[in-house]
Amino acid sequence: MDLRKTLLSWPVVRQVTGSDPLGRGTAAQSERTANWTARTQTADRVIQSICPYCAVGCGQRVYVKDEKVIQIEGDPDSPVSRGRLCPKGSASEQLVNSPGRQTAMLYRAPHSSSWQPLDLETATDMIADRVIEARRRHWQDTDEHGRPLRRTMGIASLGGATLDNEENYLIKKLFTALGAIQIENQARI
Amino acid sequence: MGASFGRGGATNFLQDLQHSDCIVIQGSNMAECHPVGFQWVMEAKARGAKVIHVDPRFTRTSAVADKHVPLRAGSDIAFLGGIINYILTNDKYFPEYVLAYTNASTILRDDFVDVDDLDGVFSGYDPETATYDTESWSYAGVEGMAAAGSRNPPAHAGGESEESQAARGAGHELGGHGAALAHGQVQTDTTLQDPRTVFQVLKRHYARYTPEMVQEVCGVAPEDLLEVCEAVTANSGRDRTTAWVYSVGWTHHTVGVQYIRGSAIIQLLLGNMGRPGGGIMALRGHASIQGSTDIPTLFNLLPGYLPMPKVGAHDDLDTYVDTICSPDQKGFWANARDYTVSLLKAYWGDAATPENDFAFDYLPKLTGDHGTYQSVMNMIADEVDGYFLLGQNPAVGSAHGKLQRLGMAHLKWLVVRDLNMIDSATFWKDSPEIETGELRTADIATEVFFFPAASHVEKGGTFTQTQRMLQWHRKAIEPPGDCRSDLHFFFQLGRKIRERLASSTDQRDRPILDLTWDYPVDEHGEPSAEAVLKEINGYHLSGAKAGQLLSSFNEMKSDGSTSGGCWIYTGVFADGVNQADRRKPGRDQSWVAPEWGWAWPANRRTLYNRASADADGKPWSEQKAFIWWDEEQATWTGHDVPDFPVDKAPSYRPERGTGGPAGLSGDDPFIMQADGKGWLYAPSGILDGPLPSHYEPHESPVANAFYSQQANPTRQVFRRSDNLSNPSGEEAGSQVYPYVFTTYRLTEHHTAGGMSRWLPYLSELQPEFFCEISPALAAERGLTHLGWATIVTARAAIEARVMVTERVVPLAVGGRTVHQVGLPYHWGVGEDAVVTGDSANDLFGVVLDPNVHIQESKVASCDIRPGRRPTGPALLEYVAEYRRRAGITVETGNVQRTPPTSHEHGLHPRES
Amino acid sequence: MSNSFSGPLDDPAADAGWQESQPRKGFFTDTSVCIGCKACEVACKEWNGIPEDGLNMLGSSYDNTGALSASTWRHVAFIEQPARSVEPAVQAEPSRATVGLGMPAVGLPGDSMDPATATDFRWLMSSDVCKHCTHAACLDVCPTGALFRTEFGTVVVQDDICNGCGYCVPACPFGVIDRRMGDENTKNVGIAQKCTLCYDRLGAGDTPACAQACPTESIQFGDVEELRERAAARLATVQGQGAAGARLYGEDPGDGVGGSGAMFLLLDEPEVYGLPPDPVVTTKDLPEMWKKAALAAVGLLAGAAAAFLGGRP
Repeated sequence: MDLRKTLLSWPVVRQVTGSDPLGRGTAAQSERTANWTARTQTADRVIQSICPYCAVGCGQRVYVKDEKVIQIEGDPDSPVSRGRLCPKGSASEQLVNSPGRQTAMLYRAPHSSSWQPLDLETATDMIADRVIEARRRHWQDTDEHGRPLRRTMGIASLGGATLDNEENYLIKKLFTALGAIQIENQARI
Repeated sequence: MGASFGRGGATNFLQDLQHSDCIVIQGSNMAECHPVGFQWVMEAKARGAKVIHVDPRFTRTSAVADKHVPLRAGSDIAFLGGIINYILTNDKYFPEYVLAYTNASTILRDDFVDVDDLDGVFSGYDPETATYDTESWSYAGVEGMAAAGSRNPPAHAGGESEESQAARGAGHELGGHGAALAHGQVQTDTTLQDPRTVFQVLKRHYARYTPEMVQEVCGVAPEDLLEVCEAVTANSGRDRTTAWVYSVGWTHHTVGVQYIRGSAIIQLLLGNMGRPGGGIMALRGHASIQGSTDIPTLFNLLPGYLPMPKVGAHDDLDTYVDTICSPDQKGFWANARDYTVSLLKAYWGDAATPENDFAFDYLPKLTGDHGTYQSVMNMIADEVDGYFLLGQNPAVGSAHGKLQRLGMAHLKWLVVRDLNMIDSATFWKDSPEIETGELRTADIATEVFFFPAASHVEKGGTFTQTQRMLQWHRKAIEPPGDCRSDLHFFFQLGRKIRERLASSTDQRDRPILDLTWDYPVDEHGEPSAEAVLKEINGYHLSGAKAGQLLSSFNEMKSDGSTSGGCWIYTGVFADGVNQADRRKPGRDQSWVAPEWGWAWPANRRTLYNRASADADGKPWSEQKAFIWWDEEQATWTGHDVPDFPVDKAPSYRPERGTGGPAGLSGDDPFIMQADGKGWLYAPSGILDGPLPSHYEPHESPVANAFYSQQANPTRQVFRRSDNLSNPSGEEAGSQVYPYVFTTYRLTEHHTAGGMSRWLPYLSELQPEFFCEISPALAAERGLTHLGWATIVTARAAIEARVMVTERVVPLAVGGRTVHQVGLPYHWGVGEDAVVTGDSANDLFGVVLDPNVHIQESKVASCDIRPGRRPTGPALLEYVAEYRRRAGITVETGNVQRTPPTSHEHGLHPRES
Repeated sequence: MSNSFSGPLDDPAADAGWQESQPRKGFFTDTSVCIGCKACEVACKEWNGIPEDGLNMLGSSYDNTGALSASTWRHVAFIEQPARSVEPAVQAEPSRATVGLGMPAVGLPGDSMDPATATDFRWLMSSDVCKHCTHAACLDVCPTGALFRTEFGTVVVQDDICNGCGYCVPACPFGVIDRRMGDENTKNVGIAQKCTLCYDRLGAGDTPACAQACPTESIQFGDVEELRERAAARLATVQGQGAAGARLYGEDPGDGVGGSGAMFLLLDEPEVYGLPPDPVVTTKDLPEMWKKAALAAVGLLAGAAAAFLGGRP
C-alpha cells in the first residue's frame, strides 16, 4: 500500500489540503460512494417486456444479472407508456422475486389438512389420468334427440386474461379437442 | 360495441386521447385503474380539453377532472338518455355524419312497439321464457337474423326453454363482427321525417329522458346534466371531437351491454366515431383480457369471434356458416366460411378435408349457457369432476364467493396454476366456510394440485392490450424451481393425454388424436411460443406459396388451402416477421406509432377511420384530418392504415344485391356491419332491446321511475336457495337492505389480490379492507371513522374498517336520500397473503346480463351496521335473521317481468 | 465562506469542493397533476431496496404511509378538503390542515354534508421528498462525514460511514431524515436514511426512479435552474386557470434553507400538505456562533495575556 496515497486520502487531510475546507463534499466522499454505480449499468443484459398487470400494456425493461432479474422499470421507447409505470408495474420486480412466491409443486390429498411435495412430472401424469377419467365419466355423445354433442361436462376451466395469447390458444385448442366446453376467463367476470 | 359498430374492441388508442377536446370518463376510474394510460387524458387537459368524470364516487380521477358528476350506481342509462334527448331536442347532432354513416334514415317495421307502450318491455317479449322474439325489431323489408346469430332458429324440439337457452349462449359473439342481416338493402328516408325511421323512433324513445327525470333517477342536478350536455356537444362536430371512456363500471351490470350502446348512440349522433380524439375507449383490466376474448378461453366462442356451434342450429359446416352470416350482407363478415375452414385446418391439419366437412363435427356442441357461474352450479350438483384455475382467484374475484368455494369443495380435483398461494388454492383449510362450520377440512375430498407458474419475464409471448394491440414480451430468464409457463403445462398435458389414448379406436378420441400438436421445444421442454403465434397467423398450405405465412385474412380460403388459428390476428406474422415484437421507439415515429407492436385488424389503430373523412372522402376539417381519399392516386391514405378497402372510391356504389366486401359502398365506414352503417338502433344481435332503456339494477332499494317494469326483464336469474336476492323497489322487505353498494379497485392492488396482496410494497400502501361512507350515513348508522362496520346482504355479512369521507355523497333520488357504500374488492381471508380481509364479492349473488352472461357486481343493495360481524355459526344465523325480516324466498327479486301495481309512479307510461 | 451556511448560494456543489461542477439537479413536483397513484413510493423502494414500512391502515384518506421516514423516501399526502374561500389565513378547523401529516383524521369534516356543494370538494395529493436543501443542516451537523454534498448539489448519506449517531435527525427543518428501525436483519438498521435523489442513477445519466415512473409528470427531474423557470411558468398557467391558492414552495433561493433542490407547486398553504411554512436551516447561526466563540476565545486570550502581562510589575 502506498502510504502517501493512503494518507492523502484521509478525509481530514483532503479537507485541509483540498477545495472542500468544510469537509462537506469531495473531502467527505468515501471510496465506496465514489465507486457506486447504478446496477442497471452492470447488468448482463436488458430485455424489453410488457407489464403483466392491467391492459394499458406499458413497456418494461428487465435487467438481468447472473440469471436473476435485478430491476424492472419503464421502457421509454414505448409510445403508449413513454417509460412510466404505476405502483403495480413498479413493483414487478417484487412480483418476480418475492420471497413469498411459490416455486415448488404442492399436492393436497383428499381429506388432508396439509400440503405435501410432489414431483412435477408425476403431478402432470396424474392430471392427464384425471382428465381422461373425468372426460369419460361425464361424456355426452348426443342429446335426447340423438343430435351429436360430442362433449364432456366433467371438466371446467377458468383463467386466461393474464396469460399470453399463445397460451390461451393452446388451452382452447386442447380443451375443444377433448370436448370440454366449460372454458371461461375473467372477461366474463 | 360489436352491435353498434361491428367490432367489440376499443375503437381508438390511448395516445389518441391527447387530441380530444372533451373526454367523458363514465363507468371507469381511469386515473386509479389505468394510471399510465391516464397520462394521455392529462395531456389533453394540458392542451385545453375538458375532462368530465361521471361516477358514483369522487375518486382520484375526479380529483383531477374539470367536473365530477356523482350519480347513483346503476342509473347510467338514464343519464346517457338525458344527453341523447338533449342532442335530439336541440338539434345538436352532426347532420352530415348521421345521415351518411349511421342507420338514422333506415325505416323499421311497423309492428315494432317501444317500451313506453308496453310498460317497460319491447314488442316480442315472452314472459314465460323471459326472452324476446326479436323479429319485430327488424328493418322493414329485411328479415331479421335471430339474435343468437341464427337465421333459422331450431325447431321447437328441446323442451320449452331450449330456444331461450340457445339464445342465452350468444354472449361475446360480436367482438369481431357485427350482427347478421339477411342482406344490406334497406329502405330509407333521407329526410328523416318518416315516423318509422330510426331517427324518429330514437327521438320518441328518449323524449322521456328529461333533466327532471334524470334528476329523479340518477340524483344528478339539472345544471350538472346541462353542463355535460353543453360540453360534449360544443366539443363535437367538424372541428372538434369528444371521447368516451368506460370500463367494468359499465359492463358489470344486468344491462351492461346497453350502457355501452348508450354511449355508442351519443358518439354516432355527435359524429365522433372513427375520428382522432373521438371514439369509445374500452379500458380493460388485465394484461391480455382483450386477447383472451379474441383467442377466447370462453365457452361460446372460437378464435376470432366465430361462435361455438350450437346443437340443432349448427350440425354441419354449411348450416353453421349459413346461420352466422349471410353471403348477401355487406362487409367482411360475409367471408366467415374462409375464417372457419382455416381455423379447422389449423386445429386438425390433414385430418380436416373437404370430404369430412373439414372435421367440423369434431367441435363439441353447446346447448345453452355453459358460463363460469353455470359451471359452479354444476359443481355443486357434482356434475363436474375437475377444475383448472389459471391465474384466477374466484374465491375472491367472482361474485358470490361462498358459491365458488362450496363448488370447489364438491370437485374431485382442482388444479391451481398461479404465482402465489392464492385463496382459491387454500379454500379447504382457511375459507370463511371452515370458520362457520359449513365446511370441514377432513370432509373435503377434493385433491388440490398447486402448480407454480412462470411470470411474464420467464416466458415469451404476446399480450393484447386494451386497444387491440399485440405486444410481444421477450423472455428474460428461466423460471425458478417448478415454475412453468401455461404453454409448457398444456403442451405437456396434451402430449400425455394423446399418449394414453394413442391406441384408442373410439370415435370420440379422434379429435384429440388428429389434433396438430407438435411444436418445437427448447432444451427445457418449453414449446416455441413463436411457432404457436405463426399457427395463429396462418399459412398457405398448398399452391405456389405453400408453407408461407399469410399476410392478411383476405388470403384465407374455404377450400382447405389455407390455415389460420385466429383470422383477426392474421398479419401478425406477415412477411415471416413477428410484427408484435416491433420496437421502433415512439419518439422516432408518428404519434400513431404504427411500428410499435401490431394491432388487429391489419394493424389499424383507429377503427372505422373511413368516417374521419366526409362522404366525399375529404377530412371533416384540417385539424381533425386522419384518413382521406387521394383522388390522384385513387387510394385512401393518411396517418393510420385505412380501415376500408383502400382503392374503393367514396363515390362507389355497388350494384344492388351485391354482398360481402364488394357490397360496401364508398360511404360505408362500418365495414363489419351487415349494412355498413353505425347502429343507432340495433335491429339484431342484442337480446334485451334494440335501444337502451333504463332498468333498475337487479337489487335496488329504488322503484323504476319510468314504468312498472323494475329491472331488465330478460336478465338471467337463478332461483336457488343458495343464491337468494334482496327484495327491490316496491317489494315487501326492500327497506331491510336500504343502501346501495358498489365495488371497485384501488390503484395499489390488482383484482383479487393474487398479484398484489403477496407483495409487501403494494400491501403496505392499502393494508386493510375498508368501506367508504359519507358523514351523513355514518351519523345515521352510528359508524365511526376507523371503527368497524358489518355489511349484510341476503348472501353474506362481512366486516370492514370504516372510512368516513366526503368523497361519498348521499344522493336525492325519487324524493328521498339514497346512501351509497363503497367497497374495494381486493381482499380475501387466505392466510398466505401479506394482508388479508373479508371479500366484498361475497356480498353479491349471481344474476347475469342476458347478452354476455356477465354478472352484476358493480351494484346491489345492503344494510350496514357498526361493529364487527359475528363469527362461527352465529354469522350464518345473523344473515338468516336478516332474510327472515325481509321475508326472502327463492322467488324474491327473481320475477323477471314485474307485475303491474296500482302504485303511482313518477310518470305514467305514455298512452299508446 | 460567504453564504456557505445560509442565504442564496448559486452552486452548493462548488462550495463543497466539486471543481468539475455538474449543473445542480433536483425535482419539481407539480401537485396540480398528481393522481396519488404512489408509483413514486414503490419505484423508489424497489430501486433503493427499502424495506416495507408497516402494514397499518392510518385512515388518513388514502395515505397509509404517514410520513417520510428512513424507510419511506417518497410520501404521497392526501388531503380531503371542502372548497373554501381563497382568503388563506383563517384556519377554521385546524384538524383539516393536519390531515396530510399522517395523523388519523378523527371526525372528518362535513358532518352536515349538503349534496348541492359536494362537487366543490377538493382532493389534494402531493408527493413529498427530501428537499436537498442548499443549506442542509443534516449535513452540517454530521460529525462523521457520512452526509455529503454530491457533485449534483444533492445531499446523500453514505451507509458505510454513518455510525447512527442521529445528530442529523433533529437538525432537519422538514423532519425528513431518520434512523432506520427494525430487527437486526433489516438492511442498514440504525443508520440514518433518506432520499439520495438516486445518486447512483444520476451517475449513470438516468432519471431518478420516482420521476421516471410518475405517470402524469407530476414529478419532474432536471437542472434546478431550469426547474425554477418551469415552476414559475406552470404557476402562472395554473393561476390563470383560476387556482387562486396556488403557490410555489422551496424554489426561492432567499428562503430559510437557501432554496431547495426539490421544489413544489402547491394548490394551498404548505401546512395543508404537512409542510413547514417557513423552514429555516437549523445551522444558520453556526458562523455567527463560531464568530462569537472566536471572539470569546480572543477575549479569553487577551484576558489571559493581560493578566499575564498585568502580573508584571
